Amino acid sequence: MVQLTLPKNSTVGKGRHHPAPAGAKNVKTFKVYRYDPETPGNPTWDTYDVDVDACGPMLLDVLIHIKNTMDSTLAFRRSCREGVCGSCAMNVGGRNTLACTHGWEEVPGKEIQISPLPSQPVVKDLVADLTLFYAQYASIEPWLHTTTPEPQGEWKQSEEDRAKLDGLYECILCACCTTSCPSYWWNGEKYLGPATLLQARRWIVDSRDEATGERLDALEDPFKLYRCHTIMNCAQVCPKGLNPAKAISEIKAMLVERVV
Amino acid sequence: MANATPGAKARPLSPHAQVWRWHVTMAASILNRATGAALYGGAIILMGWALSLASGPVAYDNYMGLLGSIPGKVVMFGLTLSVFYHLFAGLRHLAWDSGKGFAPATANQTAWAALIGSGVASVAVWVLAGFMGKL
Repeated sequence: MVQLTLPKNSTVGKGRHHPAPAGAKNVKTFKVYRYDPETPGNPTWDTYDVDVDACGPMLLDVLIHIKNTMDSTLAFRRSCREGVCGSCAMNVGGRNTLACTHGWEEVPGKEIQISPLPSQPVVKDLVADLTLFYAQYASIEPWLHTTTPEPQGEWKQSEEDRAKLDGLYECILCACCTTSCPSYWWNGEKYLGPATLLQARRWIVDSRDEATGERLDALEDPFKLYRCHTIMNCAQVCPKGLNPAKAISEIKAMLVERVV
Repeated sequence: MANATPGAKARPLSPHAQVWRWHVTMAASILNRATGAALYGGAIILMGWALSLASGPVAYDNYMGLLGSIPGKVVMFGLTLSVFYHLFAGLRHLAWDSGKGFAPATANQTAWAALIGSGVASVAVWVLAGFMGKL
């Protein structure tokens, strides 16, 4: 259901201001979403005047700098710091991205606003609860389904068939695309969302998989697949440059082709 | 999602439409929905026109007078825009359904083309109608 405004407990109030240290020459303001489940009250926007000469070029560098030198209570997920784990996915300047591979200088605007992945329950600060996202991914059974007896060595695949997985296997499940999708904002409980559907396409197109028909059957549903209206936010924000909208249209085409 | 700790306060929902910086493809998509809805209104106006035509010259003259008034013309121009925009957006969907035009750069260009094209086409139709003395 379309719900343009936030629920009562989710509206974001004004928070604390953290001034830059004395002597800082190059200062940039970061407006960060804060929520602490252990203190009463709604989430707030805290502002941090960061001495950007003292930290690295990426948004994650800035967040680590804030946590180390200005405010140790700030919570965010991070791990690999090179765009392969997907932990530090968040909304920056109104677009979802990975904080570790996105330079803060690339973000337009005088102050840079950082909030958790959109339309998700917030655990703390920039940490969103992605339980539903992972459950939806599990629902497409993302592993090889076979009925023929297992070969002695490995399941073989021609180079051409392997090439069909390009643009799909690179997905790191960071949820940038899924949580960028307005259709997912309104129907997230029923619509699988871009990331899960891109992964579904990855198994449908795999030459070694023997459950293509069953996989297509499972997606033939007014909500799971067909809530995609080609809004294209997914392809616009994917930090790996993938195109979930295209993958979804390829599934739709397969569903048509098998009946005509 | 339910809270893991019983009695803990409900988790807030992170901001979505409030923080999002719009893409042109996003605007193009919602406008396609909006113009589609407007055309339902247009269909009712067209039905009224057919009814007035069937009801005789007086009813027809009254109806045409209503459509030709300033507020009537504003509505009719809005409908012209809706027809053209919905048509161009439909062509984008036709291309997508045949697997083309998904690259973000291409999708941005076709979105702008549909937006600008519908404005230009609507003005052209009204200028033409003006020259033909039909306004």
